[in-house]
Amino acid sequence: MVIMGYGRCLSFIFHFKSSLKQISNCYRFFSATPEWEPVVGLEIHAQIQSSSKLFSGADTNFQTPTNRSVALFDAAFPGTLPVLNRRCVEAGTLTALALSCDLNQVSTFDRKHYFYSDLPAGYQITQHRFPLAQNGLLNFIVYKGGSDSRLYEKTSQIHQIQLEQDSGRSLHDEIRSLVDLNRAGLPLMELVFKPDLSDGEEAAALVKELILVLTRLGTCSCKMEEGALRVDANVSVHRRNSPLGTRTEIKNIGAIRAVANAVDYEIDRQIRVLQCGKEVVNETRSWDAERMRTVPMRDKEEKQDYRYMPEPNLPPLHLRLTNDQPMHSNMVDVTQLINKVPESPFQMRVRFQKDYGLSLLQAVRLVSEDMLLPLFFNAMNMKQDRDAVILTDLLLNDVLSYFNEDDSCNVVFKADDMGTITDMMKDGVISKSIARIILKELSQSPALSAKEVMEKNNLSLICDPAIIERLCRSVTQENANMLKKHLAGKKDSTKVLETKVWKKSEGRANMNLVKEWFKTNYPFSKK
Amino acid sequence: MLSTSIQSVAKQLKNSKISASELCDASLKQIEKTKSLNAFITVTSDVALKQAKESDQRFLNGMTRGDLDGIPIAIKDNFCTQGILTSCGSNMLSNFLPPYDATVVSRLRDAGTVMVGKCNLDEFAMGSGTVDSIYGPTKNIWGSNIPYDVTYKPNHKMSSSKPKVDPEDWRIAGGSSGGSAVAVASGSCFAALGSDTGGSTRNPAAYCGVVGFKPSYGLVSRHGLIPLVNSMDVPGIIARSVEDVTLVLNAIAGPDVNDSTTLKRKYEKVSLDEGVNLLGLRIGIPKEYQNTAIDAEIVDILKKTASIFKECGANVTEVSLPHTPYSITCYSVLNQCEVASNMARYDGLRFGIRGDVTISTEQLYAETRSRGFNEVVRSRILSGNYFLLKRNYEKYFVKALKVRRLIKNDFDSLWDSNFDILLTPTTLSHAPKISEFKQYDNQTQCVTQDYCTQPANMAGTYNTALMVHDSFQKFNNWFCVFVLGIPAITVPVGLSREGLPLGLQLMAPVFHENALLRTALWLQQAVNFPQLKLKV
Repeated sequence: MVIMGYGRCLSFIFHFKSSLKQISNCYRFFSATPEWEPVVGLEIHAQIQSSSKLFSGADTNFQTPTNRSVALFDAAFPGTLPVLNRRCVEAGTLTALALSCDLNQVSTFDRKHYFYSDLPAGYQITQHRFPLAQNGLLNFIVYKGGSDSRLYEKTSQIHQIQLEQDSGRSLHDEIRSLVDLNRAGLPLMELVFKPDLSDGEEAAALVKELILVLTRLGTCSCKMEEGALRVDANVSVHRRNSPLGTRTEIKNIGAIRAVANAVDYEIDRQIRVLQCGKEVVNETRSWDAERMRTVPMRDKEEKQDYRYMPEPNLPPLHLRLTNDQPMHSNMVDVTQLINKVPESPFQMRVRFQKDYGLSLLQAVRLVSEDMLLPLFFNAMNMKQDRDAVILTDLLLNDVLSYFNEDDSCNVVFKADDMGTITDMMKDGVISKSIARIILKELSQSPALSAKEVMEKNNLSLICDPAIIERLCRSVTQENANMLKKHLAGKKDSTKVLETKVWKKSEGRANMNLVKEWFKTNYPFSKK
Repeated sequence: MLSTSIQSVAKQLKNSKISASELCDASLKQIEKTKSLNAFITVTSDVALKQAKESDQRFLNGMTRGDLDGIPIAIKDNFCTQGILTSCGSNMLSNFLPPYDATVVSRLRDAGTVMVGKCNLDEFAMGSGTVDSIYGPTKNIWGSNIPYDVTYKPNHKMSSSKPKVDPEDWRIAGGSSGGSAVAVASGSCFAALGSDTGGSTRNPAAYCGVVGFKPSYGLVSRHGLIPLVNSMDVPGIIARSVEDVTLVLNAIAGPDVNDSTTLKRKYEKVSLDEGVNLLGLRIGIPKEYQNTAIDAEIVDILKKTASIFKECGANVTEVSLPHTPYSITCYSVLNQCEVASNMARYDGLRFGIRGDVTISTEQLYAETRSRGFNEVVRSRILSGNYFLLKRNYEKYFVKALKVRRLIKNDFDSLWDSNFDILLTPTTLSHAPKISEFKQYDNQTQCVTQDYCTQPANMAGTYNTALMVHDSFQKFNNWFCVFVLGIPAITVPVGLSREGLPLGLQLMAPVFHENALLRTALWLQQAVNFPQLKLKV
């Protein structure tokens, strides 16, 4: 299952389909019953794409050897002070803008205390009381497979977005614990969503969409395998028309599929617990991907009092929200940043349907393909009245597979050619199969254009009536028996014979002319 | 030579009357002679001699770096010095060799100074006597058994008795920067850095008969100062004269990218040349500072000093800072909360001592921290964590911030009524004997000792950048974390009947260093405090 690098992975819809089947077989014992209502809310930690850490100059390279990317501040050396990284604030602000959040003119930092060996200062600097942004929205599309498969739009509300530092990493073996501080102090934005989802599939779809938004913005690499995006899921279930149940928190889910699986498993587990008359314990659990189940986390057993306190070493963070506000050197200018927010995937999907007449499914798939979008936009910009539906099908069904199979990123397609092929298909100059031949040729000889490929290989449709006549004649002669039955009015073989002509011509025969020929020469009349 | 001013010795260095190396030698000898006072935790002879030699070279090449070039200075042992023990007077950091220099330390080095050593302090600067250090207490030179003379400038007809010497019951140095104050008072160096959170620079300076200056919060970088209370800590300067204090201030002040709370604008050096025009200068004397515990001698000298100002044209009036009595309690809460937080990093994993328990991480932490911290530190951590508990936060921390705002407002209303300077006692008495001091525990002593000094760390104005938004009101109490403490200085003004120094404190609005230091200089010249010279 491909989870990462959605730009290159096969369109998620199909993955959803296949893996859903698996899930429904494994877990979905109870949640189908209408008696229980699950409530799911996500908290997502996204590592801000930045060359240095949130409060120090240490670099953020994932590859550096253990404990190399550590500034004195990251190791909490006495006397060192945090210095806020402007890039991180800008990235957080951009993200908040893209998610329609209310930005706070003033936000502040707090210390969240707990003792752990990979938390060097004994506290994490976060934004607890006055976060960077609040009240956002994320629209996304959920696909549900199964017998009543459906595709629907869903909105999740964002409670707040806060900037905070990451902790280090503890490595344990039987006799000792080791600490790697490379991760300590990495910049994170925590996106806290309201509990408005109802199952794992919705949760996974939300994460998918968020990944799309963040990577488009360039504010997070979203490489879940590197821990750049980590999902915590709060899950509870309650009987319909009764108060919310006790929730559990599944921590640090590191893959999109795992989000769906973990949430659904947890919903079913809680229903099982409740149906046995037992109570759900408010606890932190983790997802065991191998055994496909959630398990309680041992070191999170105790209820923590984080003893929040304002961080006195960081002056409040100021944003310039409107042009009439004076600009200070230590402010981040939102009036400038707002111009850098690209069209959201949601807006893009709406536009694709409205302006180009794509279906929702086409729009959903196209929007999530980074490699295809420029081809699409450029081809459409070159000729406004081009058939977007044919173009999109060409891109999604044929072009995409070249990109997906091309690990070395050598394949180049030109928007120009995509347009030409689309137009020729529309005008009946070439068939779909010829289009595929052209694409194959183009992928191997990037210097050629679609037109040149066609001329070189003589690929255009055969429209000369004499050649059509010859092709049809030879097919009828080769299938004398079939023709006999056909003429006798016993069995209509028009379709079969036409296909044989098409094959004989290597897909180049203009089928309209072929059909015409058969209609004129060998019409079928049942006897 | 060692008891003169920086400026006069700088002149001698310039004229090659002496070399920096000779000066350094003399300074190191003085440290040796006064070793029994225990002002230093580490004497950095090697570094000092090397720096002195480099200074000599600069003098030879005509590449000197100004008046501080070649001048012996000392640093309180809670400022990080690269590769040199920085212990904070604590077992916890008794093996800590910082991998970097504090900004103030590197600026002093860049100014050409010669660092002779690291000075004693109360553990993590939590104290007011320099008696709670794992390296033992620092003793005041005044009233010590080290023979010294007290000499007035010529033509001065004042005399005073010398304090009785009792080797067993010496005078405390004050604290927590007691080591720095004694180092300067004894002539072991010309200036020393202290730190000031509630009076830690001014209190020992007053007890030791030297000038102790706490700059405005944000004027001098805290990068590399091991924190006590981040929101109130300020590097302090101790020297024997206001001029010397000013020279050091001009070398260390100014924005620092490593400390986000430093004032961003370019530092303009304080100049004393113009002096102060006393005519029309409005001086307030807050009545609340003379509480019942105050010594009559302090009240006397305060009155006398007020009348000197008045005679010379200043407008001196009694004023009120009504919330002063609550200040110290509020300070204790804020102090302990930040201490609890700041001390959390001492877990023995990356620096400092480490307990030898391997059962569990929690056990290791517990062992490390109970061995590393003294009782004072541990009790502040405990109460600080208690105040910060979710259920107590509003009751203690937020309430303390509200009180801090009232204290700030007290001061603001005086500045708003055009007062330029406030004149107060620095301490409630002269330096107490160790036996007297030990009658009360650390906490009680801090409450008493910091009574007059600590409001300056609490008062001040908000960082101006905070005022630009409408939403400011919402944060009003909360932002008291970011009140910039006001500048304050203690100047020795006379000797008590027992022959011990008495200091008075001057305070000014935030960033009014110029006015404050000029007035302090005027006061220094008006009172003619005697020089202490070792008789060896």
